Amino acid sequence: MTKDILITGVGGQGTVLASKIIAASAMTEGNTVHSAETIGMAQRGGPVTSHVRIGDTAYSPLIPLGKADVILGFEPSEVVRNINYLSPEGLAVVNTTAVKPVTESLSRSGYDGSEMIEYLKKNVRCVFVDGDRECRKLGSAKFLNIILLGVACGSGELGISKETMLEETGKRVPAKFREANIKAFLAGFEIGEQVFNIPPRDL
Amino acid sequence: MKEYVMGNGAIALGALKAGVNVVCGYPGTPSSEIIETISKYPHEGLHLEWSVNEKAALEVAAAAAYSGARALVTMKQVGLNVASDPLMSLAYVGVEGGMVIVSADDPGPISSQTEQDSRRFAEFARIPVFDPCSPEDAFEMIQDAFAYSEKYKTPVIFRPTTRVCHGYATIDAADSYTPKVFDGFKKDAGRFVIFPRLSYKNHGIIEDRNVHIGEDFSLYKYNSSDGASSSKAVLAGGISYMYAKEFLKDHPETKLIRIATAFPFPESFMLKELDGVDELICLEELSPYLEEQVLKLAGKHKLSVKVFGKLTSHVPHMGENSADGISKILKSFLGTDDELVPERKDIPALPARPPVLCAGCPHRASFYAVKKAMAGKKTYYCGDIGCYTLGNAMPLDMVDTCLCMGAGVTMAQGFSHIDKEGKAFAFIGDSTFFASGITGVVNAVFNEADITVCILDNSTTAMTGHQPHPGTGKNMMGHDAGAISIPKILEGIGLKKVVTVDPLNLDKAIHTVKECADLPGVKAIIFKSPCIAIEKSSTKCMVTDACINCRKCILETGCPALNDVGGNVKIDASLCTGCTLCMQVCPKEAIGGGCVD
Repeated sequence: MTKDILITGVGGQGTVLASKIIAASAMTEGNTVHSAETIGMAQRGGPVTSHVRIGDTAYSPLIPLGKADVILGFEPSEVVRNINYLSPEGLAVVNTTAVKPVTESLSRSGYDGSEMIEYLKKNVRCVFVDGDRECRKLGSAKFLNIILLGVACGSGELGISKETMLEETGKRVPAKFREANIKAFLAGFEIGEQVFNIPPRDL
Repeated sequence: MKEYVMGNGAIALGALKAGVNVVCGYPGTPSSEIIETISKYPHEGLHLEWSVNEKAALEVAAAAAYSGARALVTMKQVGLNVASDPLMSLAYVGVEGGMVIVSADDPGPISSQTEQDSRRFAEFARIPVFDPCSPEDAFEMIQDAFAYSEKYKTPVIFRPTTRVCHGYATIDAADSYTPKVFDGFKKDAGRFVIFPRLSYKNHGIIEDRNVHIGEDFSLYKYNSSDGASSSKAVLAGGISYMYAKEFLKDHPETKLIRIATAFPFPESFMLKELDGVDELICLEELSPYLEEQVLKLAGKHKLSVKVFGKLTSHVPHMGENSADGISKILKSFLGTDDELVPERKDIPALPARPPVLCAGCPHRASFYAVKKAMAGKKTYYCGDIGCYTLGNAMPLDMVDTCLCMGAGVTMAQGFSHIDKEGKAFAFIGDSTFFASGITGVVNAVFNEADITVCILDNSTTAMTGHQPHPGTGKNMMGHDAGAISIPKILEGIGLKKVVTVDPLNLDKAIHTVKECADLPGVKAIIFKSPCIAIEKSSTKCMVTDACINCRKCILETGCPALNDVGGNVKIDASLCTGCTLCMQVCPKEAIGGGCVD
């Protein structure tokens, strides 16, 4: 299998764990995987990306522009910031809950993500997830990454089975939160599955 | 045993497989995870330490290598500047056991002050350098680096870059590790005591040896070429080789040459590869090192090959290369008709997202206290390297200078000497204080400066991933060595005033700053409060009905947990740590705290 998955978000949102689970799952299913992370200064509330490349001939650690099959977007403007990575046929999984940068609160420019979502709706094959609402249902903002993973898996576009991803998720979260994370994954999976049943052109 | 590891993990496991006996280093992105990985494999015969700085690390390792042990030293590229004093001398003296200095370069730069190139440092020191292109490659090459170091009895530099350090791949790690068995130090003053006569003699020997190593490297398997013999060829090193390989997947007719040992340059190998090549493009990050070597070679052998690269403006001098950047360059160089992906148009304006101090970070309160205390006064705020460099951002705006590790203390001193009216402050973290702040304070006292040294003590090395340091006491061997007291050091140096204050007690902190700033001489305030990423708090602040939405809390603290939602101030409970700074800033007592989550 050849698959390029780009994870985008803001430092602190849990993108690295999502990347590790995708990588581990793809390897469990017998694929060669490479990935690359943003670490360091940018982690302090700055934009972060993880590039997961599945396949034997992925030499560059970073996905070339226009080649990502899936963008797993933790924040609307961070999806748009990286939208040129998405292939014309690719799918963006987008959390609609915006993370306001401090500069925006100071200048009151009114960024709330809506303009980004409008742009994505018009131009990109997307599945939107109200991360804030879904997290509230589960009782903590900490489940966002696992919910989004579930959505991506449910869409079928990761090319990785639900069983494998559930197992790898279970291995990588603290034991006392395992059940809650599995619930989060399944909630996301259901959202993603709905998209999978719609032909791309109708989205 | 197959393991999926970060490039830095691969370097660590490769060094362990090579039987490394002593590992030392100082944290710095993108190198920090090497030592952190090694700490997960403690075993008999391995000494591991976070040293106080890179110079100390290199010297500790040198003694081990003199004794025949294998030693690994890790740092980021600017750390090599700190370690350069022992390195330059050690290059003349040489080693007995293998010694590898990992200096991780940071093209971009992504989290560094400079875009310096450690390959140049290797050439400057006249020692070999290895340039891996992937985590898999780094795992193998670090073992080779130890072997070459031992074979030629010289320290060697191992130079990964960010994308190699922070890339993940699967490697075949060993199941267990056995450190090298070595003979121990054999006294030989003629060899280990550096004197001008020894340096003169060894200088000649080293230059002859380097010619020999260049020949040896010409046979090294990682200096390689793919593709047919073509009149237009590509030369690449490091991660740029992988980007070129990605593009040339569709152009197997083009020759791709890789140089993995930039110095001593493998001349014979390169001469052979250049046979029949009319035009060569050099792809590398940071400096045009390989390009210059090829030009030198072409001059020496009167080759007619045209060389393109940074020096001909075909490759950018600054920043990182990328798969896309390299594709564009190669498409134009080779004249291929590959379709470039059309860029999407009409993308809406994106919000800027500069890195900021975390919500609840005690550094925010420390900066705010100094800002309030000194309002209206002429001041110099000298920053340093660490999370607190982010104190420069609005609205705090509390960093006037930042140069390098430890420079805040000495630069504040400089300002105090040329301007007797202004008040000069140095802001330095606890780890940086130990690394290179102490000598600055000594200098300030000895030369009668008038400065206030603010030590932002959060009991960790936060920016690079929370490494312990002498002030925390716990070392990498898992022992409690006893915390070294910062106040006692300062008192020992002879400071008249050393005060420790909790920055989250705003009134007291402001009062302390005023008091210290008014005293003559060198004073120190230790703002002590743990990093919020280590000591998790379960309390939150909450906005009450008394809020008049004046937004003073947002405008003065810039805490990322405070949001303006449709004109109303809201606290994001998922970020708030209950530090209560906003509560203390609020003019209407409209923020409550202490609510358990």
